[in-house]
Amino acid sequence: MSLVPTPGQTVGPFFGFALPYDHDSALAPAGHADAVRLHGRVLDGLGEPVPDALVEVSQAGPDGSFPVGAGSLRRDGYDFTGWGRAATDDAGHYSFSTLVPGSPFFGITVFARGLLNRLFTRAYLPDWFEREGAHDPFLAGLDAERRATLVTTPDEHGFRFDIRLQGEGETVFLTYPRH
Amino acid sequence: MDSQADVSDEIAAIAKAYEAAADDGQGEETQPRLEYPPYRSSILRHPTKDLHHADPEGVELWAPAFGHQDVGALESDLTIQHGGEPIGERMVVTGRVVDGDGRPVRHQLVEIWQANAGGRYIHKRDQHPAAIDPNFTGTGRCLTDADGVYRFTTIKPGPYPWRNHRNAWRPAHIHFSLFGTEFTQRMITQMYFPGDPLFALDPIYQGIVDPAARARLVATYDHDLTEHEWSTGYRWDIVLTGTHRTPLEEDVPA
Repeated sequence: MSLVPTPGQTVGPFFGFALPYDHDSALAPAGHADAVRLHGRVLDGLGEPVPDALVEVSQAGPDGSFPVGAGSLRRDGYDFTGWGRAATDDAGHYSFSTLVPGSPFFGITVFARGLLNRLFTRAYLPDWFEREGAHDPFLAGLDAERRATLVTTPDEHGFRFDIRLQGEGETVFLTYPRH
Repeated sequence: MDSQADVSDEIAAIAKAYEAAADDGQGEETQPRLEYPPYRSSILRHPTKDLHHADPEGVELWAPAFGHQDVGALESDLTIQHGGEPIGERMVVTGRVVDGDGRPVRHQLVEIWQANAGGRYIHKRDQHPAAIDPNFTGTGRCLTDADGVYRFTTIKPGPYPWRNHRNAWRPAHIHFSLFGTEFTQRMITQMYFPGDPLFALDPIYQGIVDPAARARLVATYDHDLTEHEWSTGYRWDIVLTGTHRTPLEEDVPA
């Protein structure tokens, strides 16, 4: 039996009092010895920041497996749950503190006012991307310029990943079978 | 600022083109269009390139788990978060969350948020001059039960004005945030109320161009859920997209 999925709708402008919560973006506490930062900006078709977007990350732990434990909403500061949420600030900037995943990419979901449905994308680790990117069946299906929108850039504390909803350097967004 | 008539004309033209394409055998569009110019905020925020097909791998085959340490039992009642009763029509909304194969999504997080009975959000950027209700915040959470059922007690939200065009009003709605058992099933949507006169005028609702598809966002009034001298009742079931993992893999972390 295959059912027709319920349609999505925009997250709208007024999610700020509802969806963010304490430590939502701290998958690992920033003071953790192995904590790194995953951050960037969400930009519109004119390159302007999107200050009312919500970014979620899903990722494996350092050992490469996806954590199966609960606790993402009330973090205990010890267990890594592999999932977090960050609203953008007035400069369109989002930021997570997390651990380096032991698998090739962070799974990213983007919501925003003006975006009628969520978008999915992948933020690849730069080392893996450089080493394996050309041979990976998924990445090989994209031309080099498009492929480059899916790789994070190393910076002082971790990784930078800008999300361009439209226009030059538009991020590759994904659809999956059964969507 | 454009008038409602301008926007309604654009909505009608898109609907007409969709009907013509449907007559030519094009299939039903079950999701909203990302590019839908009557919704002005979408113009610079929709991707212009087609979504790229990907087979889910790694973390995309998993969803976060939430438990009772995450969500308190009282969080599903939006009417008891303050010292007194909120103003407005007390109502229950309940339904089942199932995946694309009809299987219940068990013990998973559902988040809702909404305006109060006067159409006012607590959000600091909402400047609509309707009263803030000191007894109503408008956020709730629950976990589905073993049959995928969620249930909230709340206040029926009012319609509210916005600045898409002159005299633009949103139909009353409750925002829903949903997770499945996979990353690929994540979705956020809005639940509406039957017979809302603002449906035809609203470029967010009409952004789902197929009439049968957008009707899936409208709850049903259910008198069996309505409680004597207490609250009205609405039923709204939710279908997420299909999963990709085989049952065997479900018990074995990748």
